[in-house]
Parts: sequence; structure tokens; C-alpha cells
Amino acid sequence: MSTAVFKHRADQQAEDNGHTKNYLNAGFSAKSWLLTVDHKRIAILYLISITTMFLLGGIFALVIRLELLTPAGDMLQSETYNKMFTMHGVVMVFFFLIPATPAVFGNFLLPLMIGAKDLAFPRLNLLSWYVFTFGALLGVTAIVFGGVDTGWTFYTPYSSTYANSNVILAALGAFFAGFASILTGLNFIVTIHKMRAPGLTWFRMPLFVWAHYATSIIQVLGTPVVAITIILVALERLFKIGIFDPALGGDPILFQHLFWFYSHPAVYIMILPAMGVISEVICCFARKKIFGYNFIAFSSLAIAMFGFLVWGHHMYTSGQSVYASLVFSVLTFLVAIPSAIKTFNWTATLYKGSISYDAPMIYAIGFLGLFTIGGLTGVFLATLAVDVHVHDTYFVVAHFHYIMVGGAIMGYMAAMHFWWPKITGRLYPEGWARFSALVIFIGFNLTFFPQFIVGYLGMPRRYHAYPEEFQIWNVLSTAGATILGVGYAIPVVYFIWSLRYGAKASANPWKAKGLEWEKADSPPIAHNFEETPVVTEEAYAYEPKRG
Amino acid sequence: MDKGFRFFPDQASSVAGDVDLLYFFLVAVSVFFACLIFFLIYLFAVKYRRKSEDDIPKEIEGLLKLEILWSVIPLILVMFVFVWGATLYFDSYTPPKNASEIYVVGKQWMWHIQHPTGQREINELHIPVGQPIKLTMATEDVIHSFFVPAFRLKKDVVPGRYTTMWFEAIKAGEYHLFCAEYCGTKHSQMIGKVVAMEPADYQNWLSGGAASEPMEVTGEKKFQQLACHTCHTDNANARGPSLVGVFGKDVELEGGVKVVVDEEYIRESILTPNAKVAAGYKPVMPTFKGQLTEAGLLQITAYIKSLSKDGSK
Repeated sequence: MSTAVFKHRADQQAEDNGHTKNYLNAGFSAKSWLLTVDHKRIAILYLISITTMFLLGGIFALVIRLELLTPAGDMLQSETYNKMFTMHGVVMVFFFLIPATPAVFGNFLLPLMIGAKDLAFPRLNLLSWYVFTFGALLGVTAIVFGGVDTGWTFYTPYSSTYANSNVILAALGAFFAGFASILTGLNFIVTIHKMRAPGLTWFRMPLFVWAHYATSIIQVLGTPVVAITIILVALERLFKIGIFDPALGGDPILFQHLFWFYSHPAVYIMILPAMGVISEVICCFARKKIFGYNFIAFSSLAIAMFGFLVWGHHMYTSGQSVYASLVFSVLTFLVAIPSAIKTFNWTATLYKGSISYDAPMIYAIGFLGLFTIGGLTGVFLATLAVDVHVHDTYFVVAHFHYIMVGGAIMGYMAAMHFWWPKITGRLYPEGWARFSALVIFIGFNLTFFPQFIVGYLGMPRRYHAYPEEFQIWNVLSTAGATILGVGYAIPVVYFIWSLRYGAKASANPWKAKGLEWEKADSPPIAHNFEETPVVTEEAYAYEPKRG
Repeated sequence: MDKGFRFFPDQASSVAGDVDLLYFFLVAVSVFFACLIFFLIYLFAVKYRRKSEDDIPKEIEGLLKLEILWSVIPLILVMFVFVWGATLYFDSYTPPKNASEIYVVGKQWMWHIQHPTGQREINELHIPVGQPIKLTMATEDVIHSFFVPAFRLKKDVVPGRYTTMWFEAIKAGEYHLFCAEYCGTKHSQMIGKVVAMEPADYQNWLSGGAASEPMEVTGEKKFQQLACHTCHTDNANARGPSLVGVFGKDVELEGGVKVVVDEEYIRESILTPNAKVAAGYKPVMPTFKGQLTEAGLLQITAYIKSLSKDGSK
């Protein structure tokens, strides 16, 4: 499908300005896409894969919300409902959120931002897409052959002994997606270290690059642990080797430690790249240097490091030692500080700026608001005595959707709109984009804010049926989810529309700073730059130097 | 259970008020910071709208004092919240000495409850108001979680070990009991109610219904059936140590290490007898894994505990 669309566009472009070569018209065959080692084309391949997975995960979400419209479990059977929320979680976390911003925008932009021709290991990059796609296909196969019902957390001994569903297949899907994520992270780390353009010192790098550097560290260090854990679950399920099931001499809590050792930092894999996007967008649309560059850069690294030391806050009620819980609690409070620092710095960047409200900026401001709420409610969950009450209720569900959807996906949408002209050479329709940003913002809050209240009232998560007094909040939530669904559908339509009919984009339609805007065409040529750029100024130098 | 429209659940336990107070404090702090940020964004967004296309504002590098200010103030605040939350959590871990014990066994998908006096309930827990209750909990299969929103408490029930929780109801009424840890197909049907009763009503409830056998008596019968008493006698030459008066005391193991005889140690000694053998005895006891349900284990434990009560045999 993509080939046909791009071919048409490229043809038209050829007519308009007489064969300007770019990475899109560099080749039109299926082979030129499927065997490409161009980081920009691989980013497009990832975009197609993860958008498909997002739509799939979104359908599961809508089915869940429809079931929860009424207290009785009357639309689906319990088993089907359980599979719905499991597959919603597995698909969204492993096949959309974790790869989303790094694999699409990190891939496309890192070399452009640092003035390189490609990533350090182009073939490894292509391999990562194949590994990811294989993982996603395993996941889809698990779904087609009856699904999986363990919850995306795969807690033992339910997953290893009791569940009668495609646990191994789904878990292997996550395993392969994780492997792809390791390859991407490794590639980014080497690229950032070795391939920066002359003059691009560490502290001149765009904050998007810093954020991806921090993300890559987590990907490389954390993902192997979840890979090992998945293998151990599979060994226990297949060969009855006692690791997690006490009946076989194992320890179920050990699984939770191993799982969260990766899966908590994984939250930062989702949010850090989005934070990088927000830094770029806010500076561009306020036309101003970021406030506190060093603090934002180092807070990303601080989050990546502290993020590894807080996993036990998922286990306050699990029976882990009281003293362990105390230590995890205090560390969790500490990890809140770098996020607060970022939020204050972004806000301060607006001060005395020259602010325009194009769609990327509307998403960025939406991010600020929703991430603030998500972050503050995270403080509730870090608090031991409060978490004992709200753990495993809808309060937690609301909190992490504010971070993952309100934060990570708002950032992803900001990136989609901000770099769309660079990626495709076309402008999206601004009016529709602002409208859908507003629809998403309203739909999102209506979906998830009521869940804080029904969570504190005590409604447990993963409940197919629930007591009647919780219904009003669930009705609001379902109404919101419907609006949110419409909000996400509109951009899919106008982005595809713009490929054919959108106005042509100049090299730098936002008048933004950064090598990808100032030194590369829209869309860039296959090797990014005509000649290697030389960097002579700091990032976001919107105000021209005097003299 | 009050079914009306509300924002907060009943405050029905001695800790519910404390947890809510901390919650309200957090809500207040959050609303303050959220409003501060939203207000600033709104203010800047309106005040610093782009006036003309080629408007370029002055550069502002950042301000160290401001960075320190907005790092240190949140840090102090969250450390305050940490201590507050940790104190409440710590207190909720140590049951008072006078707590009465009740035993809970979770099973896909129901809660079995045994009172020491012998009453058994399914998906219902009757307790007196004003009396601390300690639950000792086990599960026959996967992880469950005992959650009573009106008490603001939950605790996972983990296979292969006992977990405990305690609470004191302060208000008579019926409250939701949920399983909060996903446990399979009928997870959302693993629900029930906690019935908190005035002490007099509770006494009536205890004496009503079919005459029931105290747990320790059932436990003693199991003890005989499994022939535990043939080794664990008071005889000095017995193959196993006497169990009279040992509960809650230290026992010395081979090599001089001491462990406390508690529910967990009794459980381990029945299921994995050779793990911690008392000093002076040979590791000859067979395992009883598979011969006892979690409920049966708890009954034998209750019997062994009864041997340490004042005036026991």
C-alpha cells in the first residue's frame, strides 16, 4: 500500500520541480523498501507496523469500555473479557508504546539531528525491524489462535501453571519485540557517541537526542532481564522446572521482582522519548532557547538511573519485606524530582516567548497538563499507606494511562505533526489537526479522570463485572473512550489524505532550529545532507547572535 | 452497603480516617501544583502570543536559583509525605497483642474463612466492631488479594506461604470484599462481604447456627489421623520434639541457629520437614505435602498453638 501512495506523490513532485531526488523517490520497488538500510525508510516501516498494532490495541480498548458500560458482565464471557484486557495491554505496551517514539522518530531523526548520514549500524537497524515484526506476528498469532488471559504482567503461578491460553506464544512475541528494542538502543548509543557532526559537542545536542540516549541505556540494560524472565516462565510451563511455582519449589514473588525490574524502567522507555519531543516542540513554537538545558538533559539520565531502583513499588502489598517497601518508597519519591524539574523548565521556557499554536504545540501543551496530573498521582502511589488502598484498583489504571496515553502518546502525536512535513514533504491540514487535538484532549480526560474516583472508591482493575454503585463513573469513562476513539481516527484520515493532496512543505516550514530543518530538505535526500554540516552554535539558538 | 452517589468509600476501620487524611493532603498539594502549572501555562500562552511572523524573543539561559528552588521544595514535600505514609504503613504491619485470629484460604474463585471457634464461612467474614482482628491467609492455587475498600487495606495471598493483615472495624455495617489480584476466569466473582457487628450481635451470631467444632479440636483429630502423635510425644526418647509450649518460643537447630516457632515454621516443618530440624533430632520426618489442604494445615497449626496456651495439657 505504502509503495503505491509514495510513488504517486513522488511522480507529482518530479513534475513540479523536475526530479528532486529524495529518500522517498530513491526507489519504488518492494525490495527497495524491504531491504533498505536507510534509517528514514526503516522508520517508515516501523511507522506502518506500530500504527497497525495501535489500531488493534485500540479496538480491544473499545471492547473493554463497551463491556464496562453496565455493571453485569453481559456482553462477553469472563474469559473473553480477560483476554481483551490482556491483549490490549500486551499489544499497547510491547508492540506500540515501547517502540513508538524511538523506533519511528528516533530512527528518522537521530542521524539528521546530529548531522550523520545514517545510524552506526544500518543493517542492524533493518534487522531490528524484522525481529520486531516477527515478534508482533507471534503476538497476533497468539491472538488469532484464541488469545491469552494472564494480564500483560504474566504473573506467576497463574501464567506458568494455571492459565489455559497461548501464554508462551504471546510471551515470545514480547521477547522478540524486546530484542528489537535492544538492537535499536545499541545502535543509538554508538551513533550518538561516534557520529556527531564536527562542532556538535554533547552540550550542543538537541534534548531529543539526550532523551534517546537515556532511553537507549534502559533498553540495553533492562530488556535482557525481561527476556530471561520470559524464558524462565516458558521453561516452567513446558518442562515443569520449578522457578516460580511453589508447588514445584519455586517462588512467585521472584517473578514479580524480575518482571518489574524491566517493566518499571520500561515506563521510562515510553515517556523519555516523548519528553525529548516536547523539548523540541516547545522551543520551536515559543521560538526560544530551552530554559535550563543542563537540568533537562541530566534529569533524563537521572530518570534512567533511578528508574532501575524503584521496581518494588509495584509490590507493597505482595508480602515483600516491610523494609524493602520502605526503601523502594523513598527511591520512588526521589525519581519524581527530575520529572518535576522538567515540567517547571518547560513551563519557564514559555515565559517571554513568542508562542504560536500550531497542532504540535497544542499537543505539547496537552502533554504538559496531562503529564502533570499523571506525575502527581504517581506521588499518591509512591506513598505506602495510600498505595495499599489504591493498588490494583482503577486509580492505578487512571494514573498510568495519564502517563502513557496523556504523556507518551500526546508526545508521539506532537512528533507526528511536527515532523510530518520533514518526513513526507507535505503539510497536514492545520484546522483538522487542531480540532482533533482538542477532541483527543477532551475524550482522554473524560475517559480517565473518572477512573481516579472509582479507583479510590475501591473498584478493582481487571473486573469483568462490578457493583452497581460504580456504574456512573464507568459510563462517563466509556463515553470518553468513544470520543477519544474518534479523536484518534481523524488524524489517520488526514495524514493519509495529505500524502496526496497536502500542500508541499518547504525545508523548514516552522522556521525551527536544528540540523534536520536547517540543513536537510523536506523530505531529506537518501544520504541526508549534501555535505557534512558543521555546528557552530548551541541548540535552540533562535535569537541570532549579535555582532 | 450504601449504594448512593459518592466520591469516597465508608471509613469503617481504625486506619481508614488516617489514610484518608493523608489522601486529602496529597489531593490538596496536587491541586495546588497542578493549578500553579496550568495557570502559568495559560498566563504565558495568552501574554506571549506571537505578535508578528518574524518576532524573535530574547534568549533566557536559565536561572540556577530557580532550578534549586523548584528541586528542593518538591523534595522536602515528598520526603514529608514519605515519612507520613511509611509511618501509617509500618503501624498497619504489627497487629496488637490482643488481636483475635481468623484464618482465610483463597481458592479460585472463593474465600474460605475459618474462625478458631469453628465457624466456617464462604465469601463472608463476620467480625465484631472494636476488636482488632488478625487474618492469617493462605491460598490453594494462584495469588489472590484480600481487599476491603472501606478498611483501606489489602494484602496479597501468596501460594507457598502465609501472609497476614490486621484491622479493627469501627462502624457496624456490610462492606465489600474484593479479590484485587487477577486470578483467572472468574476473578471478578471472587467477591463477598465483611459484616462488622456490634459485639452483642456478634456473640449472637457466634452462638447461632449449627454447633461447630473449634479449629483446634479439628486440628487435633487430623494430628491423630496422620499419626503425628506417635513421634511428637512428651517422652524424652521420642523421635520428634514435644510440641507442648513451643509456639512463639525459639527453637535451636542443628548448628546452633535459633528460629522462632510461628505459623510459617510449623507450615514449613510439615511440608518440608528436613529444612530446619530441631537440634538433637534426626531428619526422619516424612513430608505431608499433598496430604493436607491449606485449611487442614491451618487447623493443625491451631492445635499446636493451643498446646502453648496457659493451662493446656
